[in-house]
Amino acid sequence: MKNVRVSLRRGLIAAVSLVSLAAATPAIVVWAADTAPAADEPTSVRLSPSQFRQTIADVFGTGIVISGRFEPEVREQGLLAVGARKASITDMGLERYDELARNIAAQVVDERNRVTLIPCKPKSATAADDACARTFLASAGKLLYRRSLNDGELAALVKVAGDSANGLKDFYAGVGTSVANMLVSPNFLFRYKFVEADADNAGKFRLDSFSKAQALSYLLWNSTPDAMLIDAAESGKLHTKAGLQFQVDRMLSSPRVEGGIRAFFSDMLGFSDFEVLSKDPMFFPRYTIRVKEESQEQTLRTIVDHIVKRQGDYRDLFTTPNTFLTRALASLYAVPLVETTDNGQPMRWIPYTYPEGDPRAGILAHASFVALHSPAGRTSPTGRGKALRENILCQAVPAPPGNVDFSAVEQASRELSTARERLAAHATQPMCAGCHKITDPMGLALENFDSSGGYRTTENGAQIDTNVEVSGVKISGAAGLAKAIHGDPAAVSCVAKRIFAFGAGRLPLATDVEWNRIEKAFASSKYNVLSLMREIALSDLFYRPQNIQLASASGK
Amino acid sequence: MDLKIDRRQVLRGMMAGSAVTVGLPILDCQLNANGDAFAATGARIPPRFGTWFWGLGLNEGEWQPKQTGTNYELSRQLVALKRHQKKMVLFSGGQVFLDGAANNTHFTGVQGLMTGKVTGSAEYFGSIDTLVADVVGNGTRFRSIDVSCDGDPKACWSARKDSGKQPAEVSPIALYTRIFGPEYQDPNAADFKPDPGVMVRRSALSAVSEERASLMGKLGAADKAKLDSYFTSLRALEQKLEIQLQKPEPLQACTKPSKPKEDEQLSTLATVAMERHDVFAGLIAHALACGQTRVFNLSITQGMSGLRKEGEPSSHHTYTHEEPIDSTAGYQIKCDWFSMLYMQGLANFVTILDSIQEGDRTMLDRMMMFAFTDHGAPRLHSLRNYPIMLFGSVDGRMKTGMHIASPGDAVTRVGLTVQQVMGVSVSAWGVGSNRVTNPYSEVFA
Repeated sequence: MKNVRVSLRRGLIAAVSLVSLAAATPAIVVWAADTAPAADEPTSVRLSPSQFRQTIADVFGTGIVISGRFEPEVREQGLLAVGARKASITDMGLERYDELARNIAAQVVDERNRVTLIPCKPKSATAADDACARTFLASAGKLLYRRSLNDGELAALVKVAGDSANGLKDFYAGVGTSVANMLVSPNFLFRYKFVEADADNAGKFRLDSFSKAQALSYLLWNSTPDAMLIDAAESGKLHTKAGLQFQVDRMLSSPRVEGGIRAFFSDMLGFSDFEVLSKDPMFFPRYTIRVKEESQEQTLRTIVDHIVKRQGDYRDLFTTPNTFLTRALASLYAVPLVETTDNGQPMRWIPYTYPEGDPRAGILAHASFVALHSPAGRTSPTGRGKALRENILCQAVPAPPGNVDFSAVEQASRELSTARERLAAHATQPMCAGCHKITDPMGLALENFDSSGGYRTTENGAQIDTNVEVSGVKISGAAGLAKAIHGDPAAVSCVAKRIFAFGAGRLPLATDVEWNRIEKAFASSKYNVLSLMREIALSDLFYRPQNIQLASASGK
Repeated sequence: MDLKIDRRQVLRGMMAGSAVTVGLPILDCQLNANGDAFAATGARIPPRFGTWFWGLGLNEGEWQPKQTGTNYELSRQLVALKRHQKKMVLFSGGQVFLDGAANNTHFTGVQGLMTGKVTGSAEYFGSIDTLVADVVGNGTRFRSIDVSCDGDPKACWSARKDSGKQPAEVSPIALYTRIFGPEYQDPNAADFKPDPGVMVRRSALSAVSEERASLMGKLGAADKAKLDSYFTSLRALEQKLEIQLQKPEPLQACTKPSKPKEDEQLSTLATVAMERHDVFAGLIAHALACGQTRVFNLSITQGMSGLRKEGEPSSHHTYTHEEPIDSTAGYQIKCDWFSMLYMQGLANFVTILDSIQEGDRTMLDRMMMFAFTDHGAPRLHSLRNYPIMLFGSVDGRMKTGMHIASPGDAVTRVGLTVQQVMGVSVSAWGVGSNRVTNPYSEVFA
């Protein structure tokens, strides 16, 4: 067993104890991170805002309005989903979760929703009814905690509901108090990976079936396991090959997989940065708040259409002429959008196909990329190139050095019209050139898109030159760059690793034999992303605990 | 009385050249023999603490006074602080030592300055404000109030020892609602009735606290630490509710502010951020006066500031790199515009704090505000010669009105000094070359 972080003596005790107790006693070990740095890293994951939203929608319905801010997320190894492993909850964060919880709970039990969401009627609406509260809290709690509640947990929730109902003289307010409790509970806000002795492999460990179920559901659906999946975990079927395969195929054929795809690509493409993105209306009057929101939706619709509906090759996302536009987006891109069925809807999504060779084809030309990675007033080829390297190709770009004398770069006497001219100065300085040569050429190929994503051919009156050389290959403009990314093996390797990490909270080891098999299967499927997700979801690697740590002997 | 402290009022006061005095007169019985502030019941008001962060420092050569000690002339970029010079300690010369760690510009310097520890990673735990809050921040509704003026909730530099950076509030209306919304209890109200909903919530949350034991037993050390942080936050939430259930001490300087106007649309204009700053400053001052918190953290922007001047396509940060030094002026003129704007904002905030009378002193006199930045010479993104200011005398515990220059010293000396003045029991602070044991004792009263 690799990287086991227990002493030999403790390890032996643990192994013996676990094997002998496996059948009767729940797990008393947990697993830690399995990739470097392997030192004691957390394995629990804070629920992301999108997972929180999706879970609430799946448990209580899409009619529940979630308004309020979440604690900011931290990106690590290219993904917020990985950073969530280290994230705890601050004072202000919990205050916000509490506000959200009370607000959601109030909606769940209000007159509009209680009829459909609470499956029983209390004997009196102004007093406690433990039986009815128990029925509802057990079913809702199972989905929120991603497992059946134990007797103690359920009793505590029923008591809170009863005390509150009697105190407030309102059965539903009482139940709402317990719902709010569940929504701020660490059992809901964090997802855990608990390990148990592997009954089929003596001396080895595996994720327990509930941990397995939630890992699967947040990978494929970005949401909580449904009742069928939890039942499969409870019955032990999820530990069988056939049982796992049945669930994976069922989940991949569900419309909810669209939620998983949207969440993954939103994370990978850095869409959380839209929260603080704005453009100067003086320079970019077409870049409105609506355009900002629609540009994200444009890309996600294009991705879902290509990956889920067409089951297309992942690489073609960078070159596909197919997309969806609204009138506002068409105006930004200067595309003559014809609405044949205009009925006055302000935000109608219309499929659109660019003519062959159009530089606006492919997701890198979407405003969701070129505008997101540009400052408010002008473009940054460095920023775009960095984002491309880091987000799409999984390549690290070093941080700029400190204590640099920029005198050589600051050229007082020259009027520099284009970004290329401004950046040329950096490339001539040895201290700057190393990194700028990595980032700038790719970004310069996208210079026909202004800071807002609008198409242009000149900057400050000077013709924009988008011919660049990347790793010895000459590229011309956005279309040339899209083709280069399409053909770059790093792009497919990157998305595969990131999808794995999105679900597992850690990157796979590049040298792992099983990972190499998954990558080959991805290639054999012609880079079908759903097929890749299926391979990951069926692989032991995805659920494999590696660095075993003994938990407290007093653990459950 | 509905006390409004808005930006115009502050600026009018400044233009008139005299302090804007707000708050109600107090009775002699509200002062003790030393003139310390008392709540209306006679209880002493504990000291308060705030941090104020601006990005990208001040232009080299344009801020550091030539003289040190008490008789010094403020340099051009600090001239907005002239009226507060006697209530300020200005530090220059301090630096952050990397000890071989990578320098993540705009972050590592603050990491050293605020936590005393440079790691070369994104680790950020135990900022000065939280160390001070552990001493002075208990017993208020909010352990601290953290705001950011540029719309970015990640711009806050406050972090407890066991959790990551606190998110900042970015909306004045949201901050107003959080502090002075329906859950606010006016300390000067004649009657007090605990909210039954709060009572129920407080009681219910104890059931969540009881989940601790069953969870902790199943977790490894790192997960336990994370959950510990969660339960610390849960305790803070419970305390907040407990405080809402108690009749607050009357506070003479407390008045409920007016609700701010609707938030500006997200903007990268520095002037918009500074207007928001002034509104935040007023709300924070009211929150302090009304005993809602004793600690605050305000950031104008992230260190790598994306704020712009109207009509300019590039940001302050970009200009620090690209703008030539003007051959006549001798400094980067566009960068200077931002620095001057920020220092004016700082002066506005200090003016507000100094205009609230609490006993025979102003609120500023009874607290400390710590103003800091991410870099020394911004053009070079330097970790040397940080401009740092302290305002207020913490009820006479700190001497003010001086410029202390200590070239080459660890900037953590300021942090150690701040903690000792604020009552933190600490004799050494920092790690590696940033570890110091010698505070600036010349400021101790």
